[in-house]
Amino acid sequence: MIKTPIYLDYSATTPVDPRVAEKMIPYLTEKFGNPASRSHEFGWEAEKAVEEAREQVAALVNADPKEIIWTSGATESNNLAIKGAAHFYKGKGKHLVTMMTEHKAVIDTMRHLESEGYEVTYLMPESSGLVDMEKFKAALRPDTILASVMLVNNEIGVIQDIAALGEVCRAKGIIFHVDAAQATGKVAIDLAKLKVDLMSFSAHKTYGPKGIGALYVQRKPRIRLEAQMHGGGHERGLRSGTLATHQIVGMGEAFRIAREEMVAENERVRYLRDRLYKGLSQIEEAHVNGDMEQRVPHNLNISFNFVEGESLIMAIRDLAVSSGSACTSASLEPSYVLRALGRSDELAHSSIRFTIGRFSTEEEIDYAIELVKNKIGRLREMSPLWDMFKEGVDLSTVQWASH
Amino acid sequence: MSYSTKVLDHYENPRNVGTFNQDDEGVATGMVGAPACGDVMKLQIKVNKDGVIEDAKFKTYGCGSAIASSSLVTEWVKGKTLDEALTIKNTQIAEELALPPVKIHCSVLAEDAIKAAVADYKAKHGEMVVAAACKG
Repeated sequence: MIKTPIYLDYSATTPVDPRVAEKMIPYLTEKFGNPASRSHEFGWEAEKAVEEAREQVAALVNADPKEIIWTSGATESNNLAIKGAAHFYKGKGKHLVTMMTEHKAVIDTMRHLESEGYEVTYLMPESSGLVDMEKFKAALRPDTILASVMLVNNEIGVIQDIAALGEVCRAKGIIFHVDAAQATGKVAIDLAKLKVDLMSFSAHKTYGPKGIGALYVQRKPRIRLEAQMHGGGHERGLRSGTLATHQIVGMGEAFRIAREEMVAENERVRYLRDRLYKGLSQIEEAHVNGDMEQRVPHNLNISFNFVEGESLIMAIRDLAVSSGSACTSASLEPSYVLRALGRSDELAHSSIRFTIGRFSTEEEIDYAIELVKNKIGRLREMSPLWDMFKEGVDLSTVQWASH
Repeated sequence: MSYSTKVLDHYENPRNVGTFNQDDEGVATGMVGAPACGDVMKLQIKVNKDGVIEDAKFKTYGCGSAIASSSLVTEWVKGKTLDEALTIKNTQIAEELALPPVKIHCSVLAEDAIKAAVADYKAKHGEMVVAAACKG
C-alpha cells in the first residue's frame, strides 16, 4: 500500500536528510558552545564546526570559504545582498535591474528600495521563462549599480544563463547578484569561473534545516555591503548575531552530501520527472509552463485547461503539490510568474507544480499519474467549458456575464 | 483550507451532473460567471405542462464550493414552480453548505443561475423578463 499524501513539493522545502540530522544533534546538547567564545574549549569546538561547514558550503559552489557569510536563509541573503549593495554604492547610481519572475524576497526588496528613491527595471521574460540577453543589455544604464537574476526559478524551474549575464554585468562594472536558493544540488555552480558578485543560498531546499542560509560575497574584485543587522560584529561585521552552530553544521553536511551525490541523484530524479511528464502529457489540453530543456531535473509545472485550479487541488489532495493559483482570498490571484510568461488567467489558475526529490519513488509517480488522469477526467465531465471546447466553441469569443 | 462536510459530500458525489437537449420542450438554460473569474455555472431546468420544474441538471467550472452550490440548487429547484424557484436565496445556499465568507460569491452565482434559467424559460415562452444582473 502506498502511503498518502505523497510529497511532491520539494521546491517548497525538503525533509532534513537523516545523515544531516544526526550530525546536528550533538551541537544542540553537549557541543553547545558559542562559536564567538574565544576563551574556552566550548567556543573553540563550535567555531571549528562552523568553519568546517563554511568550507563544505564553499566547496559545493567552488568559492573561497572566506566569501561565505551565514544568514537565516535565502530571504535574508537576498535582502542583505540587494539592500546592502544598493546602500553602499548609491553614490555611483540608483538604478537596479531584475526580472518580473524573481522570488518575492527579491521583488519586495526592490519595491522597498523604490520607496527609498531608487529606480528599478523589472524585465519580462520570454514565454519560455528565460531572459532575452538583448533586452537585458538594453535595460542596463550608466547609473545601473546592480542586477539581480535568479539561477533557477522556484515555480517553473527554468535555468537562466547566469554565465552570460555575468559577463555583461562585469564588462559594465555592474554588481551581479544571483538567488541560487533553488539551484544547489540541482545545477553545477562554479563561482571561480562565473562572473557573479553575490549569491544567495538556502539550506532547506537541499535537505538541510530551515532557518539557515548563506550569502556569497566575492573578494576579488571585492564587493562591499552595508550591514542590515547591527550588533556584535559577527561575520566580519556584515551580519551580527550569535551563529546557530547546529543549523550551520546541518547546512554544511547537507551541501557536502549534495556535492557528492548530485550527479547520480539528478539522473534518478530526472528519470522520475520524465516518467511523470510522459504520463501527464497523455492528458488532452495539458500545457507545460516554462522551457523544458533549460530546466532543473526535478520540476514539472503543467496547466490543465478547462478545469479550475482550486477544485483540482482539492481533487488530488492525496498529492502534496503546489498550485499556481492562490485561492485564499475572494479574488483569485493567479501566479504572477505564469502571468509574466503570457499565460491566460485560466491556464495560470489550473497549473500544478510537481517537484520531485531524494525520497520520491517510481511507485509514487505512477500513483500520481493515475490520480491526476482520473480527476481531470471527472472534473472535465462536470465542466461546461470542456463541453464548449469539444463543440468547437472558441471561448475567447464568448460574451461572459462578468460578476 | 477546510471545507464543510456538506461541501465535500456534494463535491465528491455531485447530484444531477449532465446536460439536457436545449431544443427539447420545457428545457431552459442559465449560464453565469466567467472563466477569468474562476467560475462558470450552467444550470438547466426541465419544466412540465403545469409549470413545475420536474428535473434539473448542472455543469460547473469552479472551486469545490461552486460545484457544491450548483449541485445543491439542482436538488432544491426540483418540484418547485418557476416562481417558487425564484425565492431561493443565496443566503440559504450559503447557510446550508456552511460556506465561509470568501466563498459567498459561489452561492450568489448559484442564485443567479436559477434566475438566468427561469428567464430563459420565460423568454422561450414569450414572457419578457429582465435577467438578473451579476453581483458578488
